[in-house]
Amino acid sequence: MTVVVRTITRILFPISLVFGGYVIMHGHLTPGGGFQGGAVAASGLAMVLVAFGAKRLAEKKGLLSALESLGGVAFAALGFLGLGLTFFANILARSGGLFGGPVPYGPNPGELNTAGTLPLMNWAVGFKVLAGLGAVVLLFALFGGENDR
Amino acid sequence: MSVHAPILAIAVPLLGGFAVPLLARLHRKVRDLWVLLVVLFVGVCVGYVAAHVFTQGIWVYVLGAKNPQETLAPGGFPIRIMLTVDAMSAFMGLIAGFIALVAFPFALKYIPEEEGKTLSLTLGILLLAGILGMAYTGDLFNFFVFLEVTSIAACGIIGFRTWTSRAPEAAFKSMLLFSVSGLFFLLGVALLYGEYGALNLAYVSAQIRGSVVDRLSLALFLAGLLMKAAAAPVHFWAPDAYGEAPAAKALLLVVNTQVSLYGLWRVLFTLYGGLSDAGVGWLVVSLGLLTMVVAALMALVQTDLGRLVAYGAVSQIGYMMLGVGVGLVALSGRPDYGFVAMQGGVFHMLNDALTVGLLFLCVGAVEWAKGTRDLRALGGLGHGLPEVALAFLLASLALAGIPPLNGFASKILIYEGSFRLSPILTAIAVLCSILLLAVFARAFQGAFLGPRGEVEGKIPWVFLLSIGLLVVGILVLGLVPGFFVEEIVTPAAKALWQGRALYLAAVLGG
Repeated sequence: MTVVVRTITRILFPISLVFGGYVIMHGHLTPGGGFQGGAVAASGLAMVLVAFGAKRLAEKKGLLSALESLGGVAFAALGFLGLGLTFFANILARSGGLFGGPVPYGPNPGELNTAGTLPLMNWAVGFKVLAGLGAVVLLFALFGGENDR
Repeated sequence: MSVHAPILAIAVPLLGGFAVPLLARLHRKVRDLWVLLVVLFVGVCVGYVAAHVFTQGIWVYVLGAKNPQETLAPGGFPIRIMLTVDAMSAFMGLIAGFIALVAFPFALKYIPEEEGKTLSLTLGILLLAGILGMAYTGDLFNFFVFLEVTSIAACGIIGFRTWTSRAPEAAFKSMLLFSVSGLFFLLGVALLYGEYGALNLAYVSAQIRGSVVDRLSLALFLAGLLMKAAAAPVHFWAPDAYGEAPAAKALLLVVNTQVSLYGLWRVLFTLYGGLSDAGVGWLVVSLGLLTMVVAALMALVQTDLGRLVAYGAVSQIGYMMLGVGVGLVALSGRPDYGFVAMQGGVFHMLNDALTVGLLFLCVGAVEWAKGTRDLRALGGLGHGLPEVALAFLLASLALAGIPPLNGFASKILIYEGSFRLSPILTAIAVLCSILLLAVFARAFQGAFLGPRGEVEGKIPWVFLLSIGLLVVGILVLGLVPGFFVEEIVTPAAKALWQGRALYLAAVLGG
């Protein structure tokens, strides 16, 4: 691809990753969440593929599939965390620890440190979607002929 | 831990499936051991759940609540996702658990390492998780989610042999049908949600009054689930799918179609059980007859052993639909014969899983030994593979409903029940059975009889173990059907036939 595309990708790639992370991070407060944030971040990956070609990312395939499995395992494991009460029970909420803050009443700008296991699950799903979509796009790019680009 | 058994049966394979690729990086042996442990654990869980449900009634498990039995949120509204396991769900769970115990050891040996064994095992375990989720859930949207889980995993398994030309085509066909069926189901759920503002099956069931929207979503549920269950005239994905999937995994695909049928029974008897419309029953009966006739006729002309068995499997779906459909027609008056037919239809699900499963394993063993499934190239395998030949013969006879095998036990119940509704139904069903006997006699003759055929590979003992387990199952179910009908089939059929009030009470109280 031309130097214009490459330069713009260099600028936009970190931005799309950060924006994806933001959407995941605020999944329990604002529209969005793990899936949407992961998809945003994966679109950054797709941009890199288009600009720099799939060959340079080929060796990252193993990393992506491992990350995808880890996301899935983490999500299910977070469900098991609540097994003292029931599966998926939110034991971190209102516990005072990680994401365990009290939810304020009335209009407020959104308290990030709330919702217990939900934000953690958002992260698990986010990584799974980022890695899964990234791997799919990478595979398409690898199997496509040279003329397709 | 035992209070969590229903959810563990779903959550452990979900976690186990995702962990398989990670463990495969450690060592192949670790991965294989892990797969066996997960499947064994699922078997124990479904067994425990079934024993509990058959003795003590419906088991409700609420996810994310303070206590698993807290079905209603403050305000008397069931807002959380819950599992509602009644005798019919537990029965489906038993089938899935047993088939998984048979299929996975076979798969561990059957799928070569270089053909992506790790991914195939992952997909298989996720498919198992989806099947159990569909069987146990008591929430409409949750059912849709698990339906999609099975669809995606099944498509992955069907198109697994990407280097052949037929597998990707079969996977594409299935993908198309599964997507449409999933969307139909989702639209049905969305209509009900828009009308009643709830997704809990028991709650919506208590609200349904039979408005136009209700009927529209019933039609969508019917179409979507019949598509997934491979009923005619939308059965055409199934022969391709069963034929192209690795043999060990075709068993799970068969259970997947059965659990879709289970979903249909759940919708018809529990969700819409308050309306009891005989017209819907007649629709199910006639589609069932169509399925068995079309599939038996198509089986006649097959030259590929895998596809032939696949059409046999599709035709058996017709028998289940006939049995339970007769029950549905008779639901309003509740005469005895309706219940007999339903017992037959439900019992046939178990028998079908065993016999068709055994046939697929035999096909897999033949393919392992000869490298082909083409009937024109096969012949004389009975000399080299006597155990497989005997098992295939046994399964063929059971599928055609020859006494004293298990297929006879369930088909006679279906015949008895349907005869009282209309003798024509029984005549067609018997005719199809005879046709299937002819088809499988020809297949047996073509593959196993004749002058000694060359056998390349030796059949591993794991294959014989899996085949033997199913043979024992068929013989036991055939020789003492009374015990099983009494202990597990009757409660399951009763749960559909007259268990709606109990199902609703278990969730909504009162």
